[in-house]
Amino acid sequence: MPALLARAVPWLFVAAFLAFVAAFMLAPMVTVLVQAVWGDHGPTLAYVRQLGEYRYATAFANSLILSAAAAAVGVVGGGLLAYALLRPGAPGWLRSAMTSFSAVAANFAGVPLAFAFISTLGTLGLLTAQLKRLGIDIYGLGFSLYSLGGLTLTYAYFQVPLMLIIITPALRGLRAEWRDAAENLGATVWQYWWRVGLPVLWPSLLAAFVLLFGNAFSAYATPYALTAGNIQLVPTEISNVLSGNVMESPQLGAALAAGMIVVMTAVLLVYWLAARKAARWRR
Amino acid sequence: MSARLGPVAVLAIVLGIVFFLTPLIVTFAFSLWEGGDRYGFAAYRSLVGDPDLWASLLLSLRLAAETMLLGMVLLVPSMIFVHLKAPGLKPLFEFIAALPFVVPAIALVAGLSALYTGPAWLIGTPNYLVIPYFFLALPYAYRAIDVGLSAIDVRTLTDAAHSLGAGWGQVFRLVLLPNLSTALLGATLLTLTIVMGEFTFASVLLFKTFAVYINDTGSSKVTEAAALSLLSFVITWAAMLGVLLTGRNTTDLGGTH
Repeated sequence: MPALLARAVPWLFVAAFLAFVAAFMLAPMVTVLVQAVWGDHGPTLAYVRQLGEYRYATAFANSLILSAAAAAVGVVGGGLLAYALLRPGAPGWLRSAMTSFSAVAANFAGVPLAFAFISTLGTLGLLTAQLKRLGIDIYGLGFSLYSLGGLTLTYAYFQVPLMLIIITPALRGLRAEWRDAAENLGATVWQYWWRVGLPVLWPSLLAAFVLLFGNAFSAYATPYALTAGNIQLVPTEISNVLSGNVMESPQLGAALAAGMIVVMTAVLLVYWLAARKAARWRR
Repeated sequence: MSARLGPVAVLAIVLGIVFFLTPLIVTFAFSLWEGGDRYGFAAYRSLVGDPDLWASLLLSLRLAAETMLLGMVLLVPSMIFVHLKAPGLKPLFEFIAALPFVVPAIALVAGLSALYTGPAWLIGTPNYLVIPYFFLALPYAYRAIDVGLSAIDVRTLTDAAHSLGAGWGQVFRLVLLPNLSTALLGATLLTLTIVMGEFTFASVLLFKTFAVYINDTGSSKVTEAAALSLLSFVITWAAMLGVLLTGRNTTDLGGTH
């Protein structure tokens, strides 16, 4: 009997884990997907159609625009920064300091990040006030921290470091010999990037872009603390339904959540395809 | 910076440093603001004296500890057993570890609230949060433990221990866990970072964790909120420093945005 028990122990642990995942991850996910298309009288597309209403269509449009902008800023900013730090001339201490800082900043988000930016660039922020003293009224010039642009800037604080971390291995994979060969054959810097660098890098860049897109798309705490619901985004609309701030049926919240799951599934599929293609150049 | 760095590289580095440091420095200055032209530590003094801060901080720390404990019981043994006995299940585990990315926190909480309306002992106490937190930390913990498992020869170690008469309990306690300690510490610190900053679940489910406390404070006391933001940054920094120092493996990224 003890021998039998010893043989069963491993499977009990695996089964417990799978049961836990089924009960608290898969079941809620299926609930959301089913609830989105199931009304009081059987299957219905009413709630999915409701997503086309102005308020919710705006929320999806805002979320998609914000995520694309925040991903673009992250890819360009983080990509350039990672590239600059990997140049042979960049001091090593700066490289390691930036990498360590990025690990922190990529994890520093949510409510504290929102308040850090409010303290800095909010209407009463210290930097806003100092700039005003210098004669630069950024809010008068059309800037607002509580807009899609302001959110993009705030998101950049975790997107740029995240990009730095995920793109550095790919940039390291660009071999110096390729560049030397291109230069020996008379290629300019631009020709090297256009003909060699980018063709090798694009799957990694695409993978990074969609990962950053998903990261921004699912962000909830940062926009919640920053805009207090002034800008409609999908996550904040879901919480409005959940907390009863708007008189809508739970099915609408489920439809919104199902929409998010659909977007994130697409993001993950693109990521997997791009990452697989990117792996071709690694050894 | 040497002349070999082109102007684009220098500009990128300078802009990057300015962008990263400005909010931290300005937020610190803002947290010292006492109105008008007076600066001091009033915000910090008022925070230290606020019992709600300590209660919420302790609650978040307790939840972090419980989440780690759940991970040690539920995730670590099953990952080791799959590694040893059923490598065929590994794709399934990889898929599960990717699920929290596909189902964002706000969507998962919608599903959990729709599905579980009782019993009170489960959903009525803050301990309920440990369930979603487990999934928030899962992708990062999974990656860290997976790296640790592939770095040691689990099979030989286990067989050797078994042949000397050790049971599973002894194999885990005396052989595997010590060998995996670096990976487990990494996973633990990542979990700590994630749980300490988590806002979505706690806010929707109405539990007053540290992040919820920061948000509540921010609506009325702005300089205190700035001070708390810095405290939160320091906590993240300390945990990540721990990951970098102990792990030396790839740092992964939290998910409480």
